[in-house]
Amino acid sequence: MEALEIARWQFGITTVYHFLMVPLTIGLGLLVAVMQTMWHRTGKDHYLRMTKFWGKLFLINFIMGVATGLVQEFQFGMAWSEYSRFVGDVFGAPLAMEALLAFFVESTFLGLWIFGWGRLPRVIHLLSLWAAVLASVFSAYFILVANSWMQHPVGVEMVDGRPVMVDAWAVFTNNTALVAFPHTVFGALAVAGAFLLGISWYHLWKRRHDGLDTVGPDGAVVVGNGSGSRDTTDHKVWLRSARAGAVVAMIAFAGTGITGDLQGKLMFDQQPMKMAAAEAACHDGTGFSILSVGNLGAQSCDDITAVIEVPGVLSFLANGDFTTEVKGVNTLLPEYQEKYGTTLPDDPMYGERAGTEIDYLPVMEVTYWGFRIMIGFGAIAAGAAAVALWVLRRGTVPESRWLMRLAVFGILAPFGANSAGWIFTEMGRQPFVVAPNPDPSGIDSVFMFTAAAVSPGVSLAELVASLIVLTSVYAVLLVVEVKLLFTYVRGGTASAMPELAHQDEASRPQPDRKDDGDVLAFAY
Amino acid sequence: MTEALPTLWFVLIAVLWAGYLFLEGFDLGVGMLMKLMARNDTQRRVLLNTVGPVWDGNEVWLVTAVGATFAAFPHWYASLLSALYLPFLVVLLGLIFRAVAFEWRGKRDSDAWRNRWDWAIAIGSFTAAAGIGAALALTTTGLPLDADGNRVGGAFAWATAPAFLGAAAVVLFCLVHAAAFLALKTEGGVRGQADRLFRRLLPLAMVPFVGWALLVQADTGSVVTWLVVVLAVVAFVAAHRSSTAGRDGRAFAALGVGMLALVGSIFGAVFPVVLPSTLDDAFDLTTQNAASSPYTLGLMSVVACFGLPLVLAYQAWTYWVFRRRVSEASIPAAHAITAL
Repeated sequence: MEALEIARWQFGITTVYHFLMVPLTIGLGLLVAVMQTMWHRTGKDHYLRMTKFWGKLFLINFIMGVATGLVQEFQFGMAWSEYSRFVGDVFGAPLAMEALLAFFVESTFLGLWIFGWGRLPRVIHLLSLWAAVLASVFSAYFILVANSWMQHPVGVEMVDGRPVMVDAWAVFTNNTALVAFPHTVFGALAVAGAFLLGISWYHLWKRRHDGLDTVGPDGAVVVGNGSGSRDTTDHKVWLRSARAGAVVAMIAFAGTGITGDLQGKLMFDQQPMKMAAAEAACHDGTGFSILSVGNLGAQSCDDITAVIEVPGVLSFLANGDFTTEVKGVNTLLPEYQEKYGTTLPDDPMYGERAGTEIDYLPVMEVTYWGFRIMIGFGAIAAGAAAVALWVLRRGTVPESRWLMRLAVFGILAPFGANSAGWIFTEMGRQPFVVAPNPDPSGIDSVFMFTAAAVSPGVSLAELVASLIVLTSVYAVLLVVEVKLLFTYVRGGTASAMPELAHQDEASRPQPDRKDDGDVLAFAY
Repeated sequence: MTEALPTLWFVLIAVLWAGYLFLEGFDLGVGMLMKLMARNDTQRRVLLNTVGPVWDGNEVWLVTAVGATFAAFPHWYASLLSALYLPFLVVLLGLIFRAVAFEWRGKRDSDAWRNRWDWAIAIGSFTAAAGIGAALALTTTGLPLDADGNRVGGAFAWATAPAFLGAAAVVLFCLVHAAAFLALKTEGGVRGQADRLFRRLLPLAMVPFVGWALLVQADTGSVVTWLVVVLAVVAFVAAHRSSTAGRDGRAFAALGVGMLALVGSIFGAVFPVVLPSTLDDAFDLTTQNAASSPYTLGLMSVVACFGLPLVLAYQAWTYWVFRRRVSEASIPAAHAITAL
């Protein structure tokens, strides 16, 4: 193993891991803000319980997004110093703006929200949550501007071998970013929708399982009134959450589809090799492969055959018609070699790799399957949400334990789709870290090979050490987070509102408490 | 005008670091005191709740300082972070554990669970403070960098006396700063303990920080920066006196002023060098050769002009909202989560 490989694995692991937390933060945050707004407007109890319960899960997850996000900001400098020097003039700005304009708002106002229950005026408290949540969305925009510049470098001129920003407007309205942003936000909402649906399904099932809710002769639910937190309001909490989750998941999938189609069309222009590799399309053509067999990992297109192909679809994805031929790998390879060389330049920045042959074909088994897993998992989640919505029309869920498990397990599908999408788009850009764009709006001369980006001064041992430590820490923390989430999920609304579990006690006067203002809400 | 932009950004980054040390200084210190001062769980929860609403916002000062360095001085960012690979790894691990511990500690009612996260907070705060201190000391005293700004001498080339001096300076400052903060923010037993700790610790604790400032002054100090160091020492004396007189607020402020003065004297003395090379002066990174283009700096200046005052305003408001002292009596009982 070389330093470059280790650095790439580390970047991949830390980034994919970070992006397990982020979509849930963004998506669930938006939904909790809507719930609290509903509570604010109607004063209805079930909206308060929804806000508190989902808010608690939101916070358990939020902090992991923050903690792992720190690594992202530091690792460009630590492991990819040559990259940082090369792109700093244009790439650093959106990162710094993210911190100054978005992350500050998010962190400060979330603190106000957590500790502000009962202390801040209600409307200010609600606005604090909205500020934090919208800032997290804004944060995604800045990060995607930075990432999109790596996919489609715009707004720069080359000065002394480095890109220098000359048009900030072009950078911040990069068409790649403008479609990646809604695509990512919809992806986040898909995660949150499935999360709401799966967990609410569990609770609706549990109420039936425990004999609280029954089904009448007409098939409609007969809601039972249990003790503590498991009253009729509790049923409303889960039914509303489940329905909201299903609707959000379906809308989100439609949104990712529409924006994904726009992204695809840009990508055919901007990074044709990435799309060809996503399709395992060796030869020019119009057909979309449903299944291709052969050795995708062979890094050669000679023995890949599309078994099932839908004619015209690829052409539609790329151009919006059914007849334009899309360039395949075998056509693109010579074009790339002619433009960007067949071997890495004899420059010390490439270290021992100088002069070695460049492989312009991304790892096709990753791009081909990444693309399909993204779409497939997204579609499965949306389809399941539609079925769920239909099942929920009776006001409860079937008693089947098997179906409940499926609903809970289904939470993972949009997570898988998100990860696969990112792995596809980042791996598909290889061997470039900053990808050259042959289309007229891109600047053809701005590119950087990943092989040139890694920190020259950092030793293999350091990278291996950090990879091992970070990966193990992440694994442990993931287990703890999931366990905590399970504990709070099982506890239901009472886990976020202990007063519900002890309603009799709560009505008694409490001598050790002076007045409400002295008791910290949500105290650590 | 455009020639002044790198200087402006040097000042802004110094301000961001000073802001970071001022704000997160006390919450890192409070984190360490979880194991060093607090005697029981209620006291630990008092400590946590003094910083609970604000620690995350404080930490963003670090994110912004580093992000601004990336945007304004990419060569400084790249050389410093790659040269200090292991120290920054330790900082990151500390901050990760600390962050999740703050949020997760109270989420289960178990002594073993809480104890584990208390250690995570204490150790995480310590390693973060130490690593940041080492990094700041090294960026002002120098690292073995070659002509391309890359570290020579291996993974531990940074492990020099200034690194440990800076680590000690920031760790001790955080502890004293936290003691001053707790004296201001708590009532009852914790307040008394913090008050005594502050007065006992202050005289010795500021020695490494002043030492670091003097080290830099001896090399490149001017009359002005020397005077600023003297001002800092005067402020520390004033902080001690204020505390003795029972003026917690004034003690906290004086300590803060002293720290800001030291940071000012250090950054003022090294200017225009942002990261010296100990191998050859010609390899020094300066505000000129490490900076982004005037266009980028201009854009960032506009954003900072608008953004930074806003941050200061709403963070100040947060401190106002949570201005009340925290006491042991105001901590509600922990509650267990039981499955339905």
